[in-house]
Amino acid sequence: MALRTPSLRRVARWVPALCVALAVLVLAGCSPDAYPQTTLAPKADFAELLDTVFRRSFQLATIVFFLVEGALVWALFRFRGKPGDAEPAQTHGNAMLEVVWTVIPAVILVFIAIPTIQTIFKTAEVPTDDPLVIEVTGHQWWWEFRYPEYNLVTAGDMHVPVGRTVDLRMTTGDVVHSFWTPQLAGKRDVFPKRDNRLWFKTETPGTYPGQCAEFCGTQHARMAFQVIAQTPTDFDAWRVGIAAVSAPPDSGAPAPDPLVAQGQQLFATKACVGCHAVTAVGAPTMVGPNLAGIGSRSDIASGWLPNTDENLARWLKNPQAVKSGVLMPNLGLTDEEITALIAYLRSLSVVPAPGAVAMTAAGN
Amino acid sequence: MSTIAMGHAGTDAAPAEKKGLWSWITTVDHKRIGILYGVTAFLFFLLGGLEALLIRWQLGAPDKTFLSPEAYNQLFTMHGTTMIFLGVMPLSAMFFNYFIPLQIGARDVAFPRLNAYSYWVFLFGGLVLNASFLFNAAPDMGWFAYANLTSKQFSPGLNVDFWIIGLQILGVASLAAAVNFFVTIINLRAPGMKMMRMPMFVWMSLITQVLLLLAFPIITVALVLLMLDRNFGTHFFVPSGGGDPVLWQHLFWLFGHPEVYILILPAFGVVSEILPVFSRKPLFGYAAMVFSGCFIAFLGFGVWSHHMFATGMGPMADTVFSLGTMLIAIPTGVKIFNWIGTVWGGSIQFKTPMYFALGFVAMFIIGGLSGVMHASPPADLQQTDSYFIVAHFHYVLFGGSIFALTAGAYYWFPKMTGRMLSESLGKLHFWLMFLGFNLTFAPMHILGLNGMPRRVYTYSAGMGFEFWNAVETAGSLILGFSFLVFIINILKSLRSGAVAPADPWHGATLEWSIPSPPQEWNFAVEPTVDGRDPLWEERRKAGGTLPEPARVSGAGIHLPSPSYWPIITAFGTAMTLVGFLMHVTLWVILAGVAITMLGIFSWAFEPADH
Repeated sequence: MALRTPSLRRVARWVPALCVALAVLVLAGCSPDAYPQTTLAPKADFAELLDTVFRRSFQLATIVFFLVEGALVWALFRFRGKPGDAEPAQTHGNAMLEVVWTVIPAVILVFIAIPTIQTIFKTAEVPTDDPLVIEVTGHQWWWEFRYPEYNLVTAGDMHVPVGRTVDLRMTTGDVVHSFWTPQLAGKRDVFPKRDNRLWFKTETPGTYPGQCAEFCGTQHARMAFQVIAQTPTDFDAWRVGIAAVSAPPDSGAPAPDPLVAQGQQLFATKACVGCHAVTAVGAPTMVGPNLAGIGSRSDIASGWLPNTDENLARWLKNPQAVKSGVLMPNLGLTDEEITALIAYLRSLSVVPAPGAVAMTAAGN
Repeated sequence: MSTIAMGHAGTDAAPAEKKGLWSWITTVDHKRIGILYGVTAFLFFLLGGLEALLIRWQLGAPDKTFLSPEAYNQLFTMHGTTMIFLGVMPLSAMFFNYFIPLQIGARDVAFPRLNAYSYWVFLFGGLVLNASFLFNAAPDMGWFAYANLTSKQFSPGLNVDFWIIGLQILGVASLAAAVNFFVTIINLRAPGMKMMRMPMFVWMSLITQVLLLLAFPIITVALVLLMLDRNFGTHFFVPSGGGDPVLWQHLFWLFGHPEVYILILPAFGVVSEILPVFSRKPLFGYAAMVFSGCFIAFLGFGVWSHHMFATGMGPMADTVFSLGTMLIAIPTGVKIFNWIGTVWGGSIQFKTPMYFALGFVAMFIIGGLSGVMHASPPADLQQTDSYFIVAHFHYVLFGGSIFALTAGAYYWFPKMTGRMLSESLGKLHFWLMFLGFNLTFAPMHILGLNGMPRRVYTYSAGMGFEFWNAVETAGSLILGFSFLVFIINILKSLRSGAVAPADPWHGATLEWSIPSPPQEWNFAVEPTVDGRDPLWEERRKAGGTLPEPARVSGAGIHLPSPSYWPIITAFGTAMTLVGFLMHVTLWVILAGVAITMLGIFSWAFEPADH
């Protein structure tokens, strides 16, 4: 011990500096800004309701933590035994004290239970303020979003308008998944043959990442998606744009790029068409995700692989090497075919034409 | 008046010391079976720890390809299953075996051969479960095995079947052991040891056995239904046939939540033994400790759906299960306050077992508080299935159970081996484990609240998860290293450790009144008890010190004779269940049943040799 003391002292000199460094790191690491998927910076009403309850329980827990751990640590220093100490008083208990520390936690719990129950019932209410209904279906391992109001279907990106409640009706095409966009709402599991509900309304346009939160097999980790909240104008432009993707060309349309035409041909002959629809309007649920708008999505392979030509080529070359276990087999495509297919997929982009909204509005 | 007479019974030749592999295979001595449980469980625990280190290495940086998704899913499933069924439960069973009879003043358990049978079935179950790795078919659907991912359609391989069969075999072991310890505690207590004089470890063990007896049949039934679904065409959990995956969740957690208390109550018991001894002061609020334990166990059966708030059960169910869960916090709080009350005003002796016991209290408080947070469904909708939950249950099961079991290992090692462990290595072990544990698991709170889901084999760069995951991986290496120190400490002590006296810590309970290690018959003369801390009373009467008990001849003491029938019967049991592994392999099942029947018959009619 005598040998060790000086070195301990030398170490002790660094303790304040270490503590400051650690505190800075922890604070930086705890700031929700660094986490796009955080639960601590709610951006929709549902998530805010949850956050309020969490904050209440977190504050109470923090107080209890410091009191109880403080009492424990204090006792350890205060009642440290020394050699030759007499036997301490042999107390067996104290009825009064034990009643007090049974009652106090009960009272604290009441302060958590009341907002809990209020929020449970608030969040269970189905919204009635003309919500936008979106039917969500989980698949191994991607998400499908259907908009009955517009007869549209899409995958991967869920577009929602700000300022309007979104009413999610959720199920699964295969196993149990859980839909989770932390900044907008809590989790809700999806079950086969059952409609589970979730809702939220956000006022803040933005892109909110989410991902599956119930273990669902090999690629559970790669079952992400994003909710893109847009101003009503932008949202309308998007839905008109995606409805126009791959719509039958009208007579005045320019002739397609020959590479795109080759890609379209390959898409039809190389089995792609058996699993993927390329129109968003009224398309049925198929084995693979709907590809209308794929050209302009930010990600492929369900919300984690940047939608670059290089990544698309990797995927088409051998999907199993990129995301093992997915249903899409290796189609044995040549590099030439892949180039043509990428050109075709890029042509399936959402291009909101100026004035498109007005046109459909008139059409309606 | 309390007397623990250490009589000198007879002077006839003592029975020869039993040695060699065969003596271990045929042993029915609860102490040897306890050691078998301990060594086996510790090896499985190290295996589960190795799996955890691989998991942590994979998650140390984003988008790593160190493990394939398939391998990762097998490892996290096996890590959970191993730690629960092959690590913490049998480590508790080691202490049940070794110390329940010693603490209640008995010569063995009620059914010594059933006890041996339990151990062998446990061993075979663990081997069958891990044999799945050899077939590249380790379970890969999570230790909770949610339907309908487990249906033949979505999990066609043998992975799920290995899990079902492994758990069924282990369930047999748990049930047989639970019956045994329950009867032992009820019937074999020394004269004068009323229920309310039992050591707290015995009390918590008793409650654990009741939980085992009530909870394991539920998982057994659920596993049978799952097996029927997979291999016999039924549709209990298959929606296309009208079944319901949510039913599995209810059955699983109806078992799974009491299981949580099966893992933690023995730890409560161990700590309630250690804190008083090293504070030199009786346990504070003995009766409250007993009743809070009973209350926790009772409520534990009524809160299972708090694992299912995200399933959308409706507001009424959410409310009821939420309030029930919060209610559990009250008796749990009582326990924590009573532990602090125990050290308060004491004369604390900072020995290694005390370090770990205090570490347990400090860490368990954190796990308890995060538990209260997700007892609230609104908070839980964000926290469930995120790393926040992973943090929570590691604070309860590692910061709780493992710290307490390690405390127990340091506390009772001298009794079990007759050797003292090194205090300096023990304290090094503690500080490394404490540091490594907190570095590994504390950041998981932050990651979970910031949106990192659990059971993911990787995460994308740019999600903000990089920094804390790297810290956790570094922490896990320190944690792993701390167990290396523990192993070195054990090996050094076994080779050259200081010889342990009968009572190195000034203990309060009967096991410290007999030599270390105890002789085969434990108590040469049956002790009588008239208080809760019999040895302390004895010592006070003797003026502060007790003479070192002599090793005596056991001539004339009847002990159950060794038998190889328990291992044969266990083998038959395991074989029968393995026959159900894939398609029913009829001859395996029939042979297994035949061996089991032969074993039971021979065991029943085996003459006892004297």
